[in-house]
Amino acid sequence: MSDEGLHIFADEAEDLLASAEQALLRMDNLEDEVDTLECVNEIFRTFHTIKGAAGLFGFNEIVDFTHIVESVFVKIREGIITVDENMVSLFLANLDHLEYLVKIALSDEDHMSVEVKKRDDYLVGKLNAYLAPTAIGVDKGAVTEPKKEELRAETEQEGASKILARLDDRLDESDGVVSGNWHISLRFGPAALRNGMDPASFIKYLANIGELKSVNLIDDSIPGWAEFDPESCYLGFEIVLVSSNTNKEEIEEVFEFVLDDCHISILPPHSHINSYIQLIEDLPEDELRIGDILVACGALTEREKDHILNIQDDFNDGITAGGREWDAPLLGKIAVGENVVEQEVVDAAIKKQKDVQQQNTSSQQTIRVNALKLEDLVNLVGELVIGSANADLNARQLSDANLNEAMENLLRLVEEVRDTALGLRMVQIGETFNRFKRVVREVSRDTGKDIELRISGAETELDKTLIEKIGDPIMHLVRNAIDHGIESPAIRKETGKAAKGVVSLSAFHESGSVVIRITDDGGGLSKEKILNKAIEKGLVNENQQLSDQEIFQLIFEAGFSTAESVSNISGRGVGMDVVRRNIESLRGQVEIESEEGKGSTIAIRLPLTLAIIDGFQVRVGDAQYIVPLDMVDECIELNESLREKDGNANYLNLRGEILPFVHLKDMFRVKGYEGSERNAEMKDIEGRHRDNIVVVQFGGKKAGFVVDELLGEHQTVIKPLGKVFRNLKGISGTTILGSGEVAMIIDIPEMVSRVVNSEQKTFMSSKTI
Amino acid sequence: MHQTEMKVEMGDVGSEDSEQYLTFMLGGKVYGLGILNIKEIIEYGDITEVPMTPEFISGVINLRGSVVPVIDLSQRFSGKATELAKRTSIIILEVKSADLKIEIGVMVDMVNEVLDIHPGEIEPAPSLGDQIQTNFINGMAKVDGKLLILLDIEHVLSVDELSMVGSI
Repeated sequence: MSDEGLHIFADEAEDLLASAEQALLRMDNLEDEVDTLECVNEIFRTFHTIKGAAGLFGFNEIVDFTHIVESVFVKIREGIITVDENMVSLFLANLDHLEYLVKIALSDEDHMSVEVKKRDDYLVGKLNAYLAPTAIGVDKGAVTEPKKEELRAETEQEGASKILARLDDRLDESDGVVSGNWHISLRFGPAALRNGMDPASFIKYLANIGELKSVNLIDDSIPGWAEFDPESCYLGFEIVLVSSNTNKEEIEEVFEFVLDDCHISILPPHSHINSYIQLIEDLPEDELRIGDILVACGALTEREKDHILNIQDDFNDGITAGGREWDAPLLGKIAVGENVVEQEVVDAAIKKQKDVQQQNTSSQQTIRVNALKLEDLVNLVGELVIGSANADLNARQLSDANLNEAMENLLRLVEEVRDTALGLRMVQIGETFNRFKRVVREVSRDTGKDIELRISGAETELDKTLIEKIGDPIMHLVRNAIDHGIESPAIRKETGKAAKGVVSLSAFHESGSVVIRITDDGGGLSKEKILNKAIEKGLVNENQQLSDQEIFQLIFEAGFSTAESVSNISGRGVGMDVVRRNIESLRGQVEIESEEGKGSTIAIRLPLTLAIIDGFQVRVGDAQYIVPLDMVDECIELNESLREKDGNANYLNLRGEILPFVHLKDMFRVKGYEGSERNAEMKDIEGRHRDNIVVVQFGGKKAGFVVDELLGEHQTVIKPLGKVFRNLKGISGTTILGSGEVAMIIDIPEMVSRVVNSEQKTFMSSKTI
Repeated sequence: MHQTEMKVEMGDVGSEDSEQYLTFMLGGKVYGLGILNIKEIIEYGDITEVPMTPEFISGVINLRGSVVPVIDLSQRFSGKATELAKRTSIIILEVKSADLKIEIGVMVDMVNEVLDIHPGEIEPAPSLGDQIQTNFINGMAKVDGKLLILLDIEHVLSVDELSMVGSI
């Protein structure tokens, strides 16, 4: 089999397993049976699809294993087995195992290792235990009948048409159609043939259930020969089935294998006329034509057809005349109007339909692209940005109006290309967050704590490379929150908290960065404990004065752990310093807020992207620096009045606020500053030199940097400084200017905290004196 | 610059056992570097200094789109900054660090030539006497009566050591 095919199999399996895991965890949380059934179906489909695909590639181990899992799910679907917590754990283990099997299948190893085989046998044994009781021969019908009834009721809630179909059974005869036969409306999906389905075989099989009164072929969707794809299926059928002793479920089962990509409506005998309205509306063909077909095949009488079409016309007119919303399916309104269904039921059904529609559209609009290609594209765009800056610089020197105008146009386009290219790499963080549901479940079971994970801001987007790298640090923090943060249920009760602990993950954008917060409502951090421990370990001096933030930051020191007991989850003090290092390597920062007894919040701040940013270019001496534009608040002139009033102090009064500032030339010890030619040029008539302050803010703190000249915006392609400078703080990277010179990008988060901290210290020391 | 590149290529002709070394001047002494690590030699110019780094890191240059650090060898060996002159050059070397190969430039006063040196001609570094750390030196060779210091590039440009750049 081709590598390409295997690749698709691997990708698909990965996605399917992830969604099955989510479904399992949802099932674990909800008592709502409708949802449970949906989850079961989803998981069943996952195993089924993987089984099918694995069979195609000849991965027999996977086929054998998934088959057993599937059998258990069939029992669940039939209501013979009810799902409990242990079962969810077992299935989670199954998913892991399956993931492993897929990996093995894709590698060159031919057989499972002994260890894997052992696990395989163990899991199969467990699964078989679930299968066993029915094999003994319990009277299946007797046990399942009531359950079946329930299940059927739930299945039918899946769409508006089905709800209506169920309600129809209770309606008086006058609203039902004359026809006493089943009507099945079938439209195969274009992929049916490719998936190895033979439309004819279904119809043949249907003949086993009852007598086929009429089969009408609908071939309207066959395109012109130019577009015709011989491998696609364009067929549809309107079938009338005569059968007195069948039920809807049985008919549906016939089409089980094509349910996913086919459109099927099954209407019981004497269905309410509204069911047919819904049917006609759902079908892709023209309403009149379908009406005629239905009459032709005997499903409707002529009078019934006219009635339906009239109702619809009236209703459409009504809506347009009244200017009411169009988006709700018409039928629902008709049905409500005729007092057939309650509004809530319709709303629920409509919402479901919408969800399904949305899912469909989003899946159609995505394509898989190799990540490396994307990376190449972004790199190329980076070079393009640098190149265009160079061209712009040269064009300006020529001062040719036409050339400059063309250049401006080009630059705008380049900027758009840049934004679009970077946008391609942006992904929602939700998927990463969802992974933690399982972690929370397992860790909370291990620790005997009842914990709920709340997720918000799942739609927040950030760079894919960042998302990949941020998973592990978040994992550490979540585990810590559960293990150290949340107290045991007994203690929680004593302190008057709800027995169930809450850990929340949230993400949002804030001035050019993404903030990810991990919050727990547990015991919080004890400043005293941390401080004592730090003194004991010699990390701080006994009479050192530390701010709350500085104390909390101590927990990120290597070898620091205040947990009394070391568990297998956390407490060995290796995690937190790794967490901080990882986050800092992504140019991010960690902050902690905590109140003893109430809980803690750890906030991770990350840059939106690692590739290209909008920068603000400044000059100090002859060197040029870039400040990320998102973090620039304002630029002010450090004029004489400010300077004199503050003397040598390194803070000033910015509209009533204290703004600490530093001279970049001092902080960076810029060489050859005094002899800077540019500065000599810039001096005013009195030979004085004008200083500017760039006010930046990060994480709610402000600081000012004194520079010699403000040079304006610059599209900044970040070039990393390389390993030699990995321990350098205060510079987050470099960029290449239009002139080909290298400019440093100032690490604002680091610099702001440096300025603010040194300012606080001088403040404190001056107070103590 | 063009001239020196020619010399690197011409030096390819040599006896089989001997290894080739690029010789250069630094603070009046002649040094040699194995040519296998050398990628290219460029004229000195357009260095951007990196703030808050030790003196021996001159800064970074833009080498066809990638940012390459430049080390002032004289500063590293003897604490005296290289005096810029007309023939000041930067030798771009490829150094291994963990699994990655990274490019680093070193500033030298002048590039001389490529020499074939037979391993037998190389003597171990003297334990004391010279100003520079002995672990920077691979050995000494006498060529045409002149003493040549062969540098151990892995040590001189050890990324681990260079990156111990304490920030202020």
